[in-house]
Amino acid sequence: MLKYVVRRLAWSIPTLCFVTFLVYVALRIGTNPVESYKRINPRASPEKIAQYIDVNGLDPNYVRGYFRWLVNFITLDWPRSIKGSREVAPALKDALANTLRLGTAASVVGITVGLLLGIFAALRPGGRRDVAVNTAAFVGISIPPYVSAILFQLFFAVYWSRWFGSTLFPTSGVYPPGQTGFNLGLMIRHMVLPTMVVAIQIIAVYARYMRSSLLDVLSSEYMRTARSKGISERRVLFKHGLRNALIPVVTIAALDVGSIVGGLIITENIFSYPGMGKYFLSAFGEGDFPLLMPWMVLIVFSVLLFNLLADVSYAWLDPRIRLE
Amino acid sequence: MNDDVVVPAKSPRRMAYERFVSHRGAVVGVFVLTILVVFVALSPFTARYGVNEAVQAPPNYFLSPRANAWLGTDDIGRDLYSRLIYGVRVSLVIGFFSAVISVFLGCLIGAVAGFRGGMFDDIIMRITDLFLAFPFLVTLLVMRNMLGAITWLRPITGDLSSVRFIIVLFAIFGWMSVARIVRGQVLALKEREFIEAARAVGASRWYIVRRHLLPNSIGPIMVALTFSVVGAILSESTLAFFGYGPQAGAGATSLGILVGQAKGAVNTGFWWLAVFPCLALVIIALSINFIGDALRDATDPRMVKDA
Repeated sequence: MLKYVVRRLAWSIPTLCFVTFLVYVALRIGTNPVESYKRINPRASPEKIAQYIDVNGLDPNYVRGYFRWLVNFITLDWPRSIKGSREVAPALKDALANTLRLGTAASVVGITVGLLLGIFAALRPGGRRDVAVNTAAFVGISIPPYVSAILFQLFFAVYWSRWFGSTLFPTSGVYPPGQTGFNLGLMIRHMVLPTMVVAIQIIAVYARYMRSSLLDVLSSEYMRTARSKGISERRVLFKHGLRNALIPVVTIAALDVGSIVGGLIITENIFSYPGMGKYFLSAFGEGDFPLLMPWMVLIVFSVLLFNLLADVSYAWLDPRIRLE
Repeated sequence: MNDDVVVPAKSPRRMAYERFVSHRGAVVGVFVLTILVVFVALSPFTARYGVNEAVQAPPNYFLSPRANAWLGTDDIGRDLYSRLIYGVRVSLVIGFFSAVISVFLGCLIGAVAGFRGGMFDDIIMRITDLFLAFPFLVTLLVMRNMLGAITWLRPITGDLSSVRFIIVLFAIFGWMSVARIVRGQVLALKEREFIEAARAVGASRWYIVRRHLLPNSIGPIMVALTFSVVGAILSESTLAFFGYGPQAGAGATSLGILVGQAKGAVNTGFWWLAVFPCLALVIIALSINFIGDALRDATDPRMVKDA
């Protein structure tokens, strides 16, 4: 097991390099960093441009440029952003912290509610509540995050205050404008709506996974064996049923991180929530290469990490799987 | 004459049909979609105004729903109901064509990868894993700009803001999930006796793929097709929502553009601009999702109705 993890980790370094190379090329072709620099700084001197090309690794030769970029990246000699000439690392750190907070909140709420609904539905397959959960999950999957976000905003930002005279949940940012310092209550109130939007997607997906996984387990041989041994129904369900039903769900949870990030990007942007998604879309809109590359590295890294976690957790939870 | 119990013979197709029809959501979905397609196909008759036509002389902007504009008007006085019909038309075209192209490519690549195995299979599956693990929107945006910047692809892809470009873009992505499904099917099927029999009588590989493997995978392929349609419609809306969608001609529209306009209408309380496009999008997505689900139940013979 340990050997497997070490080997996977060793492999992930060349993978990371290869994927970031692809991203590097795609971004260079797609956003044309030199042109966007000239567009935003129309009066930049040729020396400035040459310096910009040098620190960003924008050599006309992609391979040489990539290695130049890589060396700068690893030695933490990160170039400043094109727009506003900001330091990239602090901006990225803030965005990451905000997104982790939102993503964790949404995942915890979403996975818990989703799993409970899935169990609830699977215990009486075909019954009324099963049909209700299934239909609700389908509706949830069919509602893109921006649609629910817009409808929430319409309801809470406009009609709630019109009807009740006060704002229940604010619809943008982390804090009201002008707020300085930390305030947990305000922060939570600002996070309720974005969390709900992301959580709806997660709930819908996990309710369905959990339902089908639990149905599979419930019809398996070892459940019948457990029952025939005279173990109480509750114990059969919890010890034998749920534990086994959770195995595939855990794996999917780890693999699903990409789609959660996708939902976060959309949601953050609509609620002006200063996280990774807003960071990406504004940097992308400007073609801001120095801001985009570290973001991409972070995303590639987390995708690889969660893929590894998925495989390891699967082997760890399911005694039938042996990793070589 | 023996008195055996007569079991009414049902063809597999008949059984699949019955399973499909027993899915209530799917029946409603087919019904809704049919109505929509008819409405959209007959847009010269069903739409009350042109794409850019104002419902009345100014002041005509942000009118709430009323007799001469059933679903209200937008910021420059155009009828939302008529624009929804034009928008759904663009979205359905994008959904249908990109799904058909990506399913075609996916079947081809998936079948070859599964049948051949080896290097080709490894490389294709690695690429697929990579792309599918990434946040979809990020990949789509980056690829969009990259494709748009490659000038020698222009004859195929068309202009960056054209509908054709979006279809090509979605087809380039869409094949991957289909290829994965078809490959899985082919891997499962190719060890079966009837394939061996076909090979024994000297059938060529291409013949086996065409006559045995693909027809036997038709169920999952149909399911993948329906889900690709939804995927493409939702992706187009997502792109358009953030301003990266198609802008076919001046004032032409799509569901995504209409939903995107809702973003600006929210804070001012013009609820009709937000509610109706969103509702249309959700209804379409839900109908097709239900149909896909029912197709999956209907075409999977192992599927026991767990009721």
